[in-house]
Amino acid sequence: MSGFERFAGPRDYIADDDLLSVANAAIVLGRPLLVKGEPGTGKTRLAEAVAEALGAKLLSWHIKSTTKAVDGLYHYDVVQRLNDSRFGDRDVSDIRRYIRLGPLGQAFQADERVVVLIDEVDKADIEFPNDLLRELDEMAFHINELDETITAKHRPMVIITSNAEKELPDAFLRRCVFHFISFPDRARMEKIVRVHHPALDQQMLEAALDRFYAIRKTQGLRKPPSTSELIDWLTVLVGAGLSPERLKQDPFLGVLLKQEQDHLLFSQKRGRP
Amino acid sequence: MFTDFLYQLRSQGVLVGTGEWLGFLEAVRRGLATDVSGLYVLGRALLCRSETQFDAYDLAFAASFRGAELPEDLRAKLADWLDQAKAQNETTPPLNETRPPEELWKEFLERLKEQTERHDGGNRWVGTGGTSPYGNSGRGDGGLRIGGSSGGRGGAVQVAMDRRWASYRADRTLEVRDLELALRAIRSLKREGLVELDLPETIDATSKNGGDIEIVERPARKNQVHVVLLMDAGGSMSPHAEKVERLFSAASRAKTFKSFTAYSFHNCVYDKLYTDIEAGERIQTSKVLDQLTPKHRLVFVGDASMAPYELFSSYGWPGNESMPGIEWLRRFHERCPASVWLNPDPQRWWEHPTVSAIGRIFPMFELTLDGLRASVKKLRAPR
Repeated sequence: MSGFERFAGPRDYIADDDLLSVANAAIVLGRPLLVKGEPGTGKTRLAEAVAEALGAKLLSWHIKSTTKAVDGLYHYDVVQRLNDSRFGDRDVSDIRRYIRLGPLGQAFQADERVVVLIDEVDKADIEFPNDLLRELDEMAFHINELDETITAKHRPMVIITSNAEKELPDAFLRRCVFHFISFPDRARMEKIVRVHHPALDQQMLEAALDRFYAIRKTQGLRKPPSTSELIDWLTVLVGAGLSPERLKQDPFLGVLLKQEQDHLLFSQKRGRP
Repeated sequence: MFTDFLYQLRSQGVLVGTGEWLGFLEAVRRGLATDVSGLYVLGRALLCRSETQFDAYDLAFAASFRGAELPEDLRAKLADWLDQAKAQNETTPPLNETRPPEELWKEFLERLKEQTERHDGGNRWVGTGGTSPYGNSGRGDGGLRIGGSSGGRGGAVQVAMDRRWASYRADRTLEVRDLELALRAIRSLKREGLVELDLPETIDATSKNGGDIEIVERPARKNQVHVVLLMDAGGSMSPHAEKVERLFSAASRAKTFKSFTAYSFHNCVYDKLYTDIEAGERIQTSKVLDQLTPKHRLVFVGDASMAPYELFSSYGWPGNESMPGIEWLRRFHERCPASVWLNPDPQRWWEHPTVSAIGRIFPMFELTLDGLRASVKKLRAPR
């Protein structure tokens, strides 16, 4: 494996072994890494962690429902140019002044390898991923307005996260290294919590995890609490100075269950003997 | 070398294409998998496209690497050796084999054929504790591990045989988690559009404005699809009630359709439909029919199985005297050809007079994720 920069996992991100080898495979093969998983399993954090471990700069591209593929490459601000031409504020003859590179475009132009995070790709239009295929394959794109092709100086590591809100096209999936983050089991969750609450009393942690997994098991929850909710909950519990025994009454439940129906459902089930 | 694995995968429904397969071989050649666990993880990352395929992948992996391709007696002996043996010679220095993994795999199988007895320690034969690159708890760097465990993890084949991903399979009937997935299948009905600059109009308006720029933006194209959900409730549907309720709440919260309406019925559609089944509020079915246009998409949910007279007779249901249920269904289909029927019962139960009669009117699909996807496809191209 010499010759490859290996991702060994940074200090404050608890990755499972599978994830490490998958991330390495993506780096070596130069393919995008597609990370899927329940909300709160640390998909976005993964990109930050990989960038940190590689000592590379992270460029984030957060996808919204209106994001177009070309936005990640470049944006030609035609309206600004039109406006400037009307009022003569700036020199409009130079079209370059109105072309701004997006996160992928910047990554291609960077003088060293960077990590690009395409966050929540499933939020965009159904066709969005397909529109990026060629750019991700060839690591090059064409700026029509300039008739120039920008080719990546260093193939960036591309990490794509998805909450599985929409189906991704097959052609896109074929090109990705795929990783699914399953919900952490108790042992791994303990490690994750330790990172965020190093000084936490062991008894308290055990009690909180007992309650947390019990609540998650409640049948019919619309949004079962995830890792980030657990960490928030512990912060509140510690802040309030509660004893582990008090946890049996599920204090500050609103931190864990954020939907009204879930609250009703849970208190109903708890009400029963 | 791994070709058998490829066809195992394909026979399990993980449709691996040539490109992915070559990528996988390339990864193995580059030394990204040095033991069976590594191979398992690497293959899963490169050959699966979704977690719904993980279970099928596990089955294929277990079938390919459990030693199924070895002769029966050899396999038993191998398992025997590995079971009984313990890591013995801790002091033997590693061999530092750095041959390509593919070669290792090939040679492993060959050596296994030559080998006739258990072997622990030493540096050639398959066994445990030695420095041969093949075996268990050994120290041959860059070698292959067979069974056993490393660093407290179960062996890869064992992991595969645990079938931890069975609950993610897409061909199961819709369960709690599948709801979200169902939603996105329905969402693909949506034709999405973006706000954009209407350039011709802008130029036009700007000229009319005497050269003063007048920006005209085109309104976003909206989803033109109206979705109507008609659900069978009560009776034989009771076991499926929660599933149907979840489908309903998912669709009603989706907010991606131009409109979404839901009605319930008992057994079959007769002259009245429930708008709120708990409050007993009803609407004339003919009124609902009148409002339907070709832009509507109908989704019926029901098991479609009832006594034949309940479907074919005008007096099939108390209070209904106008038309037999099947006639009402035909009218819905005439009015709205883009319609499907989702049946929560598995397809093998559909050999039933009323189910097949309804199946001749509406394309019928299982109320599973796969069925739902197929039905969405049908709704987009009804003919």
